[in-house]
Amino acid sequence: MIGLPEIVAGTILAALAFYVLMAGADFGGGVWDLFATGPRAERQRHVIAHAIGPVWEANHVWMIVAIVLLFTGFPSAFAAIMTGLHIPITVMLVGIVLRGSSFVFRKVEAVDEGERSPWQLVFAISSLITPVMIGVVIGTLSTPALEWRDGIIQGGFLRPWLQPFPWAIGGFTLALYAWLAATYLTLESDDEALQGDFRARALASGAAVAVLGGISGALWYTSAVESTQAFLTSGLGLTIFGAGAFSWVGCMLALWSWRLILARAAAVVTALSIMAGWGLAQFPWLVPGSLTLRDAAAPDVTLRLVLWVLGGGSVLLVPAFVYLYVTFKRGVLFPRGESS
Amino acid sequence: MSDLLAARSQMALSLAFHIVFAAIGIGLPALMLISEGLWLKTGDRVYLRLTRAWARGLALFFAVGAVSGTVLSFELGLLWPKFMEVAGPLVGMPFSLEGFAFFTEAIFLGIYLYGWGRISKAAHFAAGVVVAISGAASALFVLAVNGWMNSPKGFIPGDAQSAAVIDPIAAMTNPFWIANTIHMLLAAYVATAFSAATIHAFKLLKSPDREFHRKGLAISATFAAIVALLQPLSGDVSARLVAREQPAKLAAMEAHFETSACAPLRIGGLPNETTGEVRFDLEIPCGLSLLTARDPEAVVVGLNDIPRDEWPPVVPVHVAFQVMVGIGSFLALLGVLVLWRQFRRQPLHTAPRYVMYALVAAGPLAFVAMQAGWVVTEVGRQPWIIYGVMRTVDAVTPMPGLVVPFTAFTLLYLVLTAVVVGLMRRIATFEDDPDLVTPPRELSVPGALDPAATGADRP
Repeated sequence: MIGLPEIVAGTILAALAFYVLMAGADFGGGVWDLFATGPRAERQRHVIAHAIGPVWEANHVWMIVAIVLLFTGFPSAFAAIMTGLHIPITVMLVGIVLRGSSFVFRKVEAVDEGERSPWQLVFAISSLITPVMIGVVIGTLSTPALEWRDGIIQGGFLRPWLQPFPWAIGGFTLALYAWLAATYLTLESDDEALQGDFRARALASGAAVAVLGGISGALWYTSAVESTQAFLTSGLGLTIFGAGAFSWVGCMLALWSWRLILARAAAVVTALSIMAGWGLAQFPWLVPGSLTLRDAAAPDVTLRLVLWVLGGGSVLLVPAFVYLYVTFKRGVLFPRGESS
Repeated sequence: MSDLLAARSQMALSLAFHIVFAAIGIGLPALMLISEGLWLKTGDRVYLRLTRAWARGLALFFAVGAVSGTVLSFELGLLWPKFMEVAGPLVGMPFSLEGFAFFTEAIFLGIYLYGWGRISKAAHFAAGVVVAISGAASALFVLAVNGWMNSPKGFIPGDAQSAAVIDPIAAMTNPFWIANTIHMLLAAYVATAFSAATIHAFKLLKSPDREFHRKGLAISATFAAIVALLQPLSGDVSARLVAREQPAKLAAMEAHFETSACAPLRIGGLPNETTGEVRFDLEIPCGLSLLTARDPEAVVVGLNDIPRDEWPPVVPVHVAFQVMVGIGSFLALLGVLVLWRQFRRQPLHTAPRYVMYALVAAGPLAFVAMQAGWVVTEVGRQPWIIYGVMRTVDAVTPMPGLVVPFTAFTLLYLVLTAVVVGLMRRIATFEDDPDLVTPPRELSVPGALDPAATGADRP
């Protein structure tokens, strides 16, 4: 049965998926700034900064949308998550502050060509730490570790997230963001040498996605047996898993054969499959074992109003986003033919 | 330091840090648009350079404002989970609306900052208008939430038998909403415009013949003068609402200890909470009754008629209120002086040095007044987190050791403040930067795709 709580939860999942596709790639760009190497290192950094610059703030707002929807629609789940995961979320926030601030500091500071700003390094390192912490939070929330009872976290403030599984998801998230970024970045430059640099990075991080995905899957089975089994025995779960695996293979083959536009589309499908799969595995729990969607849902009057706001807001937002991307990403979104 | 005090300190610090960036994000687009409009009208490239320099500042402040705002949205739950359990369903709607306003602002700011030479001049100006409007809209929605905390409506607490009855629309349209939004928006315009005037006046003191700074000062000081004169009117409306909705807060603001008719207005002074005496103040007989009720004989409730455990801390609230009103009055007088010179057609940069020094001081003072105003609102709300409904002490997280994140965020924000101040000095010298008169460097990144170039010749 799909009611108001499920619709609002679906919207949160969609906002998070957009966050992964857009802001995730911005973080991934920062990772490739850190690992910019070779004779074209500075030019790689330029392309990354150029790709992130106009869009990262708008992309970042998806996270705010998700968090606002969470505390509006599921206030007790918000309270439980913010209490139980206080520490990793605080580290994540410091990462978010440092990443955004250092990106703009570097831009304002960089007056002389060739001058390296110390904020460059802060930007790159915080781009690496933040995705790991996001993964740790999501990973912990995928297992019944928090045990929220009467406003108290039974599992303690450290133990639930200091487990192998959340950190595997942390690594997986980082690899996924880096992979998305590298696949997008192959199209942000018309210089074949730079395209090759990012293609190599996409292939390497794509392999990392598979390895860390495999490790995460195995650990998921040991830490959340029921949801893993339910997922792997449902037709929808297997379909989503198949779509993710198939598109991953497709992306790697496309990268290998320099079909960069196809590779990017396939990577997007993989990321969307991961998010859909996570949503399905999580259902109907928000805090597994403690709070379901229905347990935590706000009164209907609130959920209905929020959906109205979302509907009305989208009328404004979608054209605005399209305008932003068409203005700055026209060459990336609608390239002229395959480059090879 | 107790966990409650650490949580309150961290929240206060995060708000005080964020409000500066948020206010500039609201105020600066207005200045930019005036300048860009003058450029479009006159074709004078000094206005273009001024617009570009201010836009550069906005890029810096908006980015730090965006990430520090993210911190706040999480901190609501990290520090006050029990508050959010109650408040979420009630004030989630204005927060969601704020999300969309912020989205719109971020999108069009990206277009504004990176769109020079890529979209038409009219489209560029229009993008700036959207930034200015959506920034003000964000304030409108956030102030709806704050207004609700101070005058909670649309909420009947539940008990064991029944769930709470809520009405989010009534919560949003609380008595403080519109009045405090106007007061905050004016404060944002006053503080931003006077801060811009601070920089330009400071530069003119050193090199008085710089056209760039002359025009910058003329625009910013004139705009600041107009809004600074409107602010006391808005303050009067807000103060009378406080008198009606939160008598304890008003009594603390005015250090009014004994309920009385013909209550005096105390200017300055240091109250003593235990003895109920105020020293070193200037008393205007019946002034408070006159201001709050427009009647010199009106009775004003004093702190003695409020249970002792529902008093806000009197000293900080009273002192902060005096600071805010004092600075506000100074800025309004400075505004009169600025407008008088404009009326007499005397250029500002030829003003006597003491006027220039006053303008240099005005920007930082305006921000002090803004912070003091928030101290009045938020410390004056104590001991409640939802006025009359939930105490702050009952809302705090059970997480121990909160002094650690408080220390971490204090250090982080101190470093960021120092860097931003340093970069502002740099931006203020960008006047001669060729970057400001030629297209930005990003357009010519070697190897980077330029849609303007690759897309133009596509069939």
